Amino acid sequence: MITIDLNGKSTRLDADPDTPLLWVLRDTLQLTGTKYACGIAVCGACTVLVDGQPVRSCTTPLSAVAGKKVTTIEKVDAGRVGKAVQAAWQKLDVVQCGYCQSGQIMSAVALLSQNRKPSDADIDAAMAGNLCRCATYMRIRAAIHEAARSLT
Amino acid sequence: MRRALITESNEIRIANESRRRFLQGAAGLTLAVYLPAASAETATSAKVPGGVTFEPNAFVRIGTDDTVTVFAKHLEMGQGSYTGLATIVAEELDASWAQVRVEGAPADAKRYNNLFWGSAQGTGGSTAIANSWEQLRKAGASARAMLVGAAAAQWNVPANQISVADGVLAHAASGRKATFGQLANAAAGQPVPSEVKLKEAKDFKLIGKRIARKDSADKTTGKAVFTQDIHLPGMLTAVVAHAPRFGARVKSFDAAKAKSVKGVVDVVQIPTGVAVLARDTWSAKKGRDALAVEWDESAAFKLGSDQIMARYRDLAKSPGLVARKDGDADNAMSTAARKIQANFEFPYLAHAAMEPMNCVVRLNPDGTCEMWNGEQMHTLDQARVAGLFGLAPEKVFIHSLYAGGGFGSRANKDSDYVLETAQIVKAINGSAPVKLVWLREDDMRAGYYRPMFYHALQAALDDKGNPVGWTHRLVGQSIVAGSPFEQMLVKDGIDAVSVEGAANLPYQIPNLLVDLHSPADIGVPVLWWRSVGSTHTAFSTEIFIDELAAAAGRDPVEFRMALLGKHPRHAGVLKLAAEQGGWGKPLAPGKPGERRGRGVAVHESFHTFVAEVAEVTVKPDGSLNVDRVVVAVDCGVAVNPDVIKAQVEGSVGYALSAVLYNQITLRDGAVEQTNFHDYPLLRIAEMPVVEVHIVASAANPSGIGEPAVPPLAPAVANAIAAATGKRLRGLPIASDLLKA
Repeated sequence: MITIDLNGKSTRLDADPDTPLLWVLRDTLQLTGTKYACGIAVCGACTVLVDGQPVRSCTTPLSAVAGKKVTTIEKVDAGRVGKAVQAAWQKLDVVQCGYCQSGQIMSAVALLSQNRKPSDADIDAAMAGNLCRCATYMRIRAAIHEAARSLT
Repeated sequence: MRRALITESNEIRIANESRRRFLQGAAGLTLAVYLPAASAETATSAKVPGGVTFEPNAFVRIGTDDTVTVFAKHLEMGQGSYTGLATIVAEELDASWAQVRVEGAPADAKRYNNLFWGSAQGTGGSTAIANSWEQLRKAGASARAMLVGAAAAQWNVPANQISVADGVLAHAASGRKATFGQLANAAAGQPVPSEVKLKEAKDFKLIGKRIARKDSADKTTGKAVFTQDIHLPGMLTAVVAHAPRFGARVKSFDAAKAKSVKGVVDVVQIPTGVAVLARDTWSAKKGRDALAVEWDESAAFKLGSDQIMARYRDLAKSPGLVARKDGDADNAMSTAARKIQANFEFPYLAHAAMEPMNCVVRLNPDGTCEMWNGEQMHTLDQARVAGLFGLAPEKVFIHSLYAGGGFGSRANKDSDYVLETAQIVKAINGSAPVKLVWLREDDMRAGYYRPMFYHALQAALDDKGNPVGWTHRLVGQSIVAGSPFEQMLVKDGIDAVSVEGAANLPYQIPNLLVDLHSPADIGVPVLWWRSVGSTHTAFSTEIFIDELAAAAGRDPVEFRMALLGKHPRHAGVLKLAAEQGGWGKPLAPGKPGERRGRGVAVHESFHTFVAEVAEVTVKPDGSLNVDRVVVAVDCGVAVNPDVIKAQVEGSVGYALSAVLYNQITLRDGAVEQTNFHDYPLLRIAEMPVVEVHIVASAANPSGIGEPAVPPLAPAVANAIAAATGKRLRGLPIASDLLKA
């Protein structure tokens, strides 16, 4: 039995400790906002926050997050930064197919939590691990700047 | 891992009449097939949760709670179709945008057929807005007329004194007002008007304005439901072992180890491989990995990409079937003052949508079947699944969900992954609902690629450098041969989608010959990939025309303009892109050792005209930056300019992945790529600045999901040539090509 702080709630899980966090979230807990796309941590669609850091849940075994604080897209709006990022994404209509956007938003929240005024280069570095096949990158960049403005 | 090719007799055919008429530019098509009968049939006041509702036709439902639901007959896979379709209805209905919601329509070809596809329902060819334009305007207008009729009757005032705005009807003289919801019940009793007056463009309040996408909120909060997110009671998740080569079949398998994996429930053989069914995805994957399968490769396709291309080069030495013939190109070549030639090679490409292919199928005890899918080919998939289960098509209900990208992959001509899901359900006798999950590796190696192509072009110039002859020979697999689309798209042996963009070359050249070889012995399944034939024809034609301009010592824009006399919409976007892109003005120099260049391309696809001006920087190590792309678009009436802008931005990024990286290669028939590490997609730092300029137009809207893809690669290639003098002869760019 592994206990994690999931979206602010202490959650006990009896899944196999080797199971990637992604599948525990999606299949066991039916928190399906976190997406599967590559399974090898190269696309970022499965990004969640673990103690505030962006983590690829598809290659993170459940055992690695025991006792840690895990935040998913479903509750990222509990924080001021999460709210601001989602609002900026909606204001600029960033999404197209939308499948990668949970992961994009989690990475953006992690960036803005640590850097309230990111430069384009900061954004490139922080978002480098998140693929968008629809190539909404221009708007992702603009929305991060927009969220940064709204947070100051 | 790959599946055997599914071959079957195709009783399902997509009718061609309406598309052909549309292709020929005949007016009034959509008016002719508007559905007054269906509207009359379906005008109803139904008891549904939330109260009485008013459904004046198949596309609109107005609830007593003031909600206006628009039923989208097309898939939303990112292109903004839900938003655009709802905008058209809301405009004529005079609804407020805030009260409008969108729901994916079920499979029902009678009510929801694509008007360009005859009697079939489906999405593709950038037709969603184009085919729905008149239909949805009339749907909105007739709903409005019935609401007005209801108000007129209740208030005992003339209908023409009632105004409608933002979901509220008002009679100024008496001061009476009512919302849509308050009148919904009464409106349901009104006759469906046989004719309605549509708005004039000057009165549009939503069309042409920046209004918010309908899917933004759900897609930024994790609430949007994709097929991958479906959980049903008792549902099993299936991961399938596919053959390593196309055309191979299961010889035998040992499921013992797979069955010993915790969570695995069953292992079954299906025509396309061996399916492992488990209580969750991870267990299914572990089970699949533990499976031992022996494959019968006696009928498998075993050539590599190099061998295929060598064969295509050989084929290109002999004439193919003629797709277009103007004048006498052979004579022009033999008498030319000067000849230029170039050959181009294109690889297989995977769609690589972020959501790998998946589908959910359930057989119900009452003899019906339900499917959950990012459904793009409703009528085809419904008919095939029904056929497999021996059901009438209408017994298969399709829940149309968002798709996490598609780019062609969900419009599978063989119903591929959909049918695979149904086969698994059949193999377990319908004992549980099944979600088929293709892992990324399965998706990447599943075939149904953009076909490999070889192009050989020659041009004859007169002594002043004017082009007097042009020959273009294409070699590549037909996408539609043997599919239900063959009847619509193949004529005299020519697959229209193989030569689109080449056979309709807009440049005025007196002697022109386009011919085609469609080798039928290549066992790699191929499919449409965002912008289809134009993915390769725009590249070869727009690079070659640039080379002719260079040979004539003329400016590439001026040279093209001089040949576009009969094509004002091409000329219009070319002029606009050139102006906005600073054509003719010097580029800012790069850092020491960097070479910079600007290039242009113009192309029509799906009746939309796009010109792009690209600025590139080639670094000393040969790496390429595409810095800026200025795009001019003419897609008729711009229903939602911001969605159009987004589609253009995204298309540039999508196309750039194929310029820089993308290729599926075969070795001895086996696909070499597996995932995004060896099939890389563009990342944020590589995204150019894209500027979009939309031509003001009163023409009926055409599509925007695909047409900005084709010009990007040739514009970039022409910019590279301007910077380095090197002409690209294929894609993706070879890594050592641009080294200083």
